[in-house]
Amino acid sequence: MFAYVVRRLFNVVITLLVVTMVTFGVFFLVPKLTGSDPALLYVGKTADAAALDGIRTKLGLDDPIYVQYGKFLQGLVVGRDYDAGPDTTHCAAPCFGYSFKTDQEVWPYLIDRLPVTLSLALGAAILWVIGGVGAGVISALRKGRAADRIVMTTALAGVSLPIYFTGLVSAAIFCYWLGWLPPPGYVDFAVNPLEWATNLLLPWITLAFLFAATYARLTRANMLETLSEDYIRTARAKGLRERDVVGKHGLRSGLTPLITVFGLDLGSLLGGAILTETTFNLRGLGEATLTSIRQNDLPIILGVTLFAAFFIVIANLVVDLLYAAVDPRVRLS
Amino acid sequence: MVSGPGASLSEESTHDVADPAEGGVNSTTGKAIEGRSLRQIAWRRFKRDRVATAGGAFVGFLVLVAIFATPIVSLIGHPIDAFNNDLIDPTLGLPLGSFGGISGEHWLGVEPTSGRDVFSRIIFGAQTSIFVAFLAALVSTILGAILGLAAGFMGGWVDAVVSRIMDFLLAFPQLLFSIALVSVLPDSFFGLDGRLSRMAVLIGVIGFFGWPYIGRIVRGQVLSLREREFIEASRSLGARTGRILFRELLPNLAAPILVYTTLIIPTNIITEASLSFLGVGIEAPNPSWGGMLYDAKSYYQSDPTYMIIPGVCIFITVLAFNLFGDGLRDALDPKAH
Repeated sequence: MFAYVVRRLFNVVITLLVVTMVTFGVFFLVPKLTGSDPALLYVGKTADAAALDGIRTKLGLDDPIYVQYGKFLQGLVVGRDYDAGPDTTHCAAPCFGYSFKTDQEVWPYLIDRLPVTLSLALGAAILWVIGGVGAGVISALRKGRAADRIVMTTALAGVSLPIYFTGLVSAAIFCYWLGWLPPPGYVDFAVNPLEWATNLLLPWITLAFLFAATYARLTRANMLETLSEDYIRTARAKGLRERDVVGKHGLRSGLTPLITVFGLDLGSLLGGAILTETTFNLRGLGEATLTSIRQNDLPIILGVTLFAAFFIVIANLVVDLLYAAVDPRVRLS
Repeated sequence: MVSGPGASLSEESTHDVADPAEGGVNSTTGKAIEGRSLRQIAWRRFKRDRVATAGGAFVGFLVLVAIFATPIVSLIGHPIDAFNNDLIDPTLGLPLGSFGGISGEHWLGVEPTSGRDVFSRIIFGAQTSIFVAFLAALVSTILGAILGLAAGFMGGWVDAVVSRIMDFLLAFPQLLFSIALVSVLPDSFFGLDGRLSRMAVLIGVIGFFGWPYIGRIVRGQVLSLREREFIEASRSLGARTGRILFRELLPNLAAPILVYTTLIIPTNIITEASLSFLGVGIEAPNPSWGGMLYDAKSYYQSDPTYMIIPGVCIFITVLAFNLFGDGLRDALDPKAH
């Protein structure tokens, strides 16, 4: 078990290295191919040649790509100094560098945005697990009857609706016409927990609806498969109450496969719910990703990609460990 | 969102698809008892499923609209880029009249600020959506079929490498990388104009991220099919690998490939709309459903009609493809359900 975890953590590091390499390569080569100059992004179009040269030296933009990548890694692990003669800036680890566009340090910028995405993803996750799994179980138990058909039709509609449409429509209805909810936004939890919740309620529900639709379909399929297994028949034959048959024997193995899906979904959401954040004008990691890509702001792109990849690989690891805990047939080695 | 049956899809629905030229068994049976090929059986099953047929009919209709978008729009007489300032309230910038300016002349109203005809733009948006989604699905299918065949049939290091890549791509933040790729690729190339080159980029990117779905299913099928007697028979008859792959195995994979290609089209439609919504898909003056929804974001209180129309278009289209695909799967492989 311990050896397994250590090996997996090693894998995590390797994966993250590969991700940074790919991102670094793509976004460093692209300006060269398209003829745009990162230094120009940094100082603005009106800068004179001397200022441009200064920036190039300071950021090391003239170094070969592997030197730049090496310095980037060094910055991540131990911090780095941006050195341009008398003018030296120290950037403590983990150092993602400075935004080309705003000159802001990347790490604090990302940390600043993390709570928004975290609140959004976790709140929605709670709703969609309860809603989606619950609906799926009901649907499976009432297979072919009205409840099943209603749930499945709603779920099919749910997977066919893009979030930016449901989001806008529900914002128009609940915030504007009915006035039941404040317009979506982010209020820090520490400042006002109630406003934090009411402001995020709409984004939570819209995001959760999309996922709940998928989860209801998956849960139903898994539950139906499980409930047709022999051991369920055995449990019924030995006279267990239906509640125990479903609750104790059915749910456990029927829902285990969902752990994998849930881990991956949550992991990728934590890296930034780009569409939801854009729809509701929330300034989280997803919005940072979109903006940085549009502006070709490499240090921030690298930061958000690494964040996203980190959440995904960690989610994968947690999923595998959880799986082993829940399913006795799985041995970690 | 990988749904469903995957592995069990084909077994018996296969051999008739393999030899369409022979026309099943009817030629040899007597008149009283008419034999039905498996394809006919599937077709009958599909026809009985009314929801799926309706979905299929709508899909057919959309394809026609997409192909004939240009003549349709010129017939209506409102070019997609014609401004109608007379239909816009000069102070508010909103369409005159209720429901976004819907009238006998402008069936779905006009755009806020510019007064461009929404119906024409929806038609062209449909063309973009359908073309991108279909061609991207085609790219995914070709890549997925070839690589899946190679992985399943050759095994060994080929299988290891292809499977690794598939796992990697499936666990990847796809939207993020689509955004990155789409936004860094050049705006025009090969002499294509802005719209066509954008569509080509979208097709390439969406198609590339979709192939592992097909590849994984093809690989799984090939793993079990290659051990079957008919493969052994054809090998002992001296068939070369190429023949076994493309004449013996591939036709047996037609059913699952068809079903899963149909089912990735709706996903592609949503992806294209999402990328256009985020401003990295089809670019501004060119119409796309996602782009219209992004514009509508600023008017969701004052002109909700403008938001509802492209949204409903995406919804109905995706729903129709999903229903059609599900029906197709049920028809080709009833065991799956």
